[in-house]
Amino acid sequence: MMKIAVASGKGGTGKTFIATNIFYTLLKNNYRAMLIDCDAEAPNSVAFFVTKLINELEVSQLVPVINPDSCTFCGKCHEYCNYNAIFILPPMKIIKVIEDLCHGCGACSVACKAGAISEKPISLGKVALYSTDRLPILIEARMNIGVMSPIPVIKEAIKQIDNKSDFVILDAPPGTSCPFIQSTIVADYVILVTEPTPFGLSDLKQSVETLKSINKPYGVIINRAGLGNNDVFKYLIKNEIPLLLEIPFNKQIAVLYSDGKLVSESDSFFAKQMLTVVENIMGKYGNSNIKW
Amino acid sequence: MEIAILSGKGGTGKSCISAAFATLNGKVVLADCDVDAANLYLIFNPAHEEEVIYVSGSKAFIDYSLCTNCRLCINYCRFDAISLINDKILISEIACDGCVLCSRICPENAIKMVANSKSRMYSGSFRNGKMVYGRLSPGEENSGKLVNMVRKKARETAKLNAIDTIILDGPPGIGCPVISTLAGVDRVVIVTEPTISGLHDMERLMGIVQKFNLNAFVIINKYDLNISISTRIKTWCKENRITLADELPFDKNMVEAMVQGKSIIEFNPYSEISKKIKIIWNKVTNQKK
Repeated sequence: MMKIAVASGKGGTGKTFIATNIFYTLLKNNYRAMLIDCDAEAPNSVAFFVTKLINELEVSQLVPVINPDSCTFCGKCHEYCNYNAIFILPPMKIIKVIEDLCHGCGACSVACKAGAISEKPISLGKVALYSTDRLPILIEARMNIGVMSPIPVIKEAIKQIDNKSDFVILDAPPGTSCPFIQSTIVADYVILVTEPTPFGLSDLKQSVETLKSINKPYGVIINRAGLGNNDVFKYLIKNEIPLLLEIPFNKQIAVLYSDGKLVSESDSFFAKQMLTVVENIMGKYGNSNIKW
Repeated sequence: MEIAILSGKGGTGKSCISAAFATLNGKVVLADCDVDAANLYLIFNPAHEEEVIYVSGSKAFIDYSLCTNCRLCINYCRFDAISLINDKILISEIACDGCVLCSRICPENAIKMVANSKSRMYSGSFRNGKMVYGRLSPGEENSGKLVNMVRKKARETAKLNAIDTIILDGPPGIGCPVISTLAGVDRVVIVTEPTISGLHDMERLMGIVQKFNLNAFVIINKYDLNISISTRIKTWCKENRITLADELPFDKNMVEAMVQGKSIIEFNPYSEISKKIKIIWNKVTNQKK
């Protein structure tokens, strides 16, 4: 099995565009493939496929429930909470849990010696499993609106990876902070998608530095080539970063994507390019069997 | 007045629109709240007057001279960050959430917390006012606290320099940093694009905006890329009583301006887009709250 993450520092460079087209092409070529949409704040991959929902997993975390009758207002839970999620006014005998700030670490329960803290689950989002027949092949992480962090939902989605797959494509969220790391750390290889603009280059540099720090092999796809300038190309040459593919700016591609259509469905040349990118990566980095 | 520019989906043109707003006429404080991928400094090249270290929590590290392999920490950690590999307790820096519980319960006091102190906040002057921006160190939790710090600095700077307008260029998504960008602003401008992803992500973002009881103005950027989805967005806005500010055509000059380190207003003040952006700005700033 080979796991490939499709990522970018900058939003809107074409991560979902590449991930969905690679996934489609792999299926068409009879590979056993899975697509995991890790962009839990803004998941969009599912809309490109005709699938049916076969299962939905609720993702929750535990938050403390404080029983004011047994609470001694000692303040220990407040002291143990590193997220400022417990508000306490001992003289007024007021104690409140701010659930939005809680990370569910359980420290307050450990701190409480009065047995006043129990825990209850609260919903953070869903992991949806989609299929074209019986086996789930498309997994979507979807954070609830108003939830602070997408991390727990992303982790649950990644747990659904079927080890019998030939390829797993992970569509990562933008940026280089925690959600990016969680989605790329499990991958054997990372495809960075960028555009040849100053913003694209700046965010690409940041992604490259991040991937170096976690020792991931990576290569770059330049999307919308022809717009902007040549600085991205110069950067890749200077730093000896492999350019996997250059996709010229083409209004037709943009229109197909905007309608939720897959370019590789109608454009066999593009489909071949997608397949070649993945097969080349497989040839070079396959069977590395990374554990995490 | 504080105006937040957001989108849900990334790459719809938030920063280009923010840059245009920032160069229309009066002096502004421009705050780049996309601390995970700050880009506006590339256009405005601000002179740094201040650099502040932002500490974003801490991570647990083991002092092996004290660790007795009792494994108590493994049982307590809820983030699956601690494991025993080859008879050695290991803490994964990536999985560690910095809750400090392991350090508190370790009977040997063998776990120390080390602060994440690689993130920064910068502030200084640019050609049309003052600029504040944050740079989150890769891999760190984007909790919104750095955004709060940027916004606090922006308010102080505005007061100190008697500037009325604060423009907040927001991050993509709908999570914590977006919520921090939205809280307490006067106006919200949502930049979307006519793609199914753009529409879907905007709908999710509006779920957050409505929780704050804010009026939003929607700009459909590159509207001519897909007229039928643009129409769907307009209908959706109407049904949900959201003001459509205007729609902007796809124009390569937006990219060309960026390449030259200019906003579209500076690059071509008389273009159709520039004219429209001026009208949008007046609409957004003049509307009674």
